[in-house]
Amino acid sequence: MKKWFEPLSTAWVGLVTHKLRSFLTILGIVIGVAAVISLMSIGRGAEARIISNIESMGSDLITIRPGAVTFGGVRSATGGAATLTMEDAEAIAEQVTYISAVAPSYSSSLQTVVGGENMNSQVTGVTPEYMQVNNLELANGTFFSEADYQRGMKVAVLGSNVKDTLFGDTDPIGQQMRMGNIIVRVIGVLESKGAMWGSPDDAIFIPLTAMQQTVAQPRTIQGERVVSSISLTVSDEEQTGYVVAEITSLLRTHHQLGPLDDDDFNVMSMEELASTLSEAIGTMTLLLGAIAAISLLVGGIGVMNIMLVSVLERTREIGIRKALGARERDIWGQFLIEAAFLTFTGGIIGVIVGWVVSYLISSTGLLTTVVSADIVILAVSVSVGIGLFFGFYPAWNASRLNPIEALRSE
Amino acid sequence: MIRLQNITKVYSMGKIELNVLRGISLTIEKGEMVAIMGPSGSGKTTLLNLLGCLDKPTSGDYYLEDREVSHLSSNELAQIRGQKVGFIFQTFNLLPRLSALANVELGMRYAGGSDRQRALEALAQVGLSDRANHRPTELSGGEQQRVAIARALVKNPSLVLADEPTGNLDSRSGEEIISILTTLHAEQGISLLLVTHEANIAHQCQRIIHLKDGQVVSEEIV
Repeated sequence: MKKWFEPLSTAWVGLVTHKLRSFLTILGIVIGVAAVISLMSIGRGAEARIISNIESMGSDLITIRPGAVTFGGVRSATGGAATLTMEDAEAIAEQVTYISAVAPSYSSSLQTVVGGENMNSQVTGVTPEYMQVNNLELANGTFFSEADYQRGMKVAVLGSNVKDTLFGDTDPIGQQMRMGNIIVRVIGVLESKGAMWGSPDDAIFIPLTAMQQTVAQPRTIQGERVVSSISLTVSDEEQTGYVVAEITSLLRTHHQLGPLDDDDFNVMSMEELASTLSEAIGTMTLLLGAIAAISLLVGGIGVMNIMLVSVLERTREIGIRKALGARERDIWGQFLIEAAFLTFTGGIIGVIVGWVVSYLISSTGLLTTVVSADIVILAVSVSVGIGLFFGFYPAWNASRLNPIEALRSE
Repeated sequence: MIRLQNITKVYSMGKIELNVLRGISLTIEKGEMVAIMGPSGSGKTTLLNLLGCLDKPTSGDYYLEDREVSHLSSNELAQIRGQKVGFIFQTFNLLPRLSALANVELGMRYAGGSDRQRALEALAQVGLSDRANHRPTELSGGEQQRVAIARALVKNPSLVLADEPTGNLDSRSGEEIISILTTLHAEQGISLLLVTHEANIAHQCQRIIHLKDGQVVSEEIV
């Protein structure tokens, strides 16, 4: 037999002799590793899903929202201020380069009634460019045209959730709905974007000119028309950073902010949002993994416990081996390999179980899971590391036994 | 081959000091077969453990093949045990979950690696070729001791130490074991030291050393 093979086969014989015990010890590691894999796969899945959502909105998108304003030391929430205006949007479109389209919008919550169905919905007045800028797609019907916009036609395009709530399975195209004090005609329904913050699925889009007929669009002190947000697309994604900086400096000038004033608006590019969100979710994933790692640690303590018992039980065997010439490192090597073998096996089985669990989770459709190679490698190597770490003390104990006393033990 | 000079061994158990060996000097030639006799408590087993490098003397010098070994580290002693010393115990000390063959191979494991062919030869020498794959529990006491002898001899040791090898056997198996040992000694010229209570076994050796209270009281040449 090969020299390196002998310690392995010795460890194997040691483990199969106590099948149930080895199984239970491995189980602790299996549960730990499976927990790490499946929890981290949920985190990674969430990350992947959010990134794909953001990408579906278009990675060339930049959104400008009103920032916080401070009145007498009290700071309002972001978006609470009425600082962005139509004039800002026009100035950006004219003065900033690398911009393909600008779409200001003004949102308001309005009571919407269709037949017996009644819903308080977010109505957003937009320009015709809005659909293209925000990467929206129509499920059926059309979006309103420049001509509709100019004439202030009372037409509406519905988000998919709104359509489901108000119209159920009936075709909404051409139907009338009452919105505040005006009657609008539905001309289109949007494709669902999936659940996320500020999803267009929950919105109703009408021409901004029509919006002004039902809701008085507020004006700033300078007499400019306030908007809720401005979205725009860059023509060259490489220039996103430049465009953000240009917009910021233009708006600061336009809003007459002094050099010490904070921005009263917030420019966010999708690129930036994607990296911020994936960083946040990465932290959450790590936290989930850390919680799961605690069970791995408990499994490791189980390994140590079993190894201590095993050493005690095999004292006589250790004595015999020592009498036959085993050095200290032969003995601790043997026990260490046994411990590492237990946890390695546990790690492998744990990966399989974790994989199956995350597959089952994603097949329920509630959560997306992603098992990535780095998690698998990490979990297996951590479990082997745990075996070596927790196996060390029992193995060292075994190697230090006095051979004469060990031989005398029963 | 073996030279002991004024070897002492003191076990301290708390405050009491137990002088197990009190100045033993003796020489054993290569290829000799020597019996050590003495009443219980005379230090026979302690002497055997020292000779087998399982233990270190409190004082005195021990030359094994002209090398002073009494001051070596535990790992160096382990290496000597692995390569030069074969043990035969009263209680056999086979590993219960290994086959006879695997037990014999274990005798070579720490002496440079197993060799199945050599292990089979050793089993044949003790007449157990047909029992190679049996576990110790499936063997009689005499057969188990023969496996243990094969395990001790498989690495061609310089020195074989047997601690009452027939103590746990009926007289018929005991005689068988002794005849195997004497045959192997005669054929292979192994240096063999055995501790025994039984005079008739001791008289099959070339020399008998009598111990009492940790000292050599007499030597007789058979």
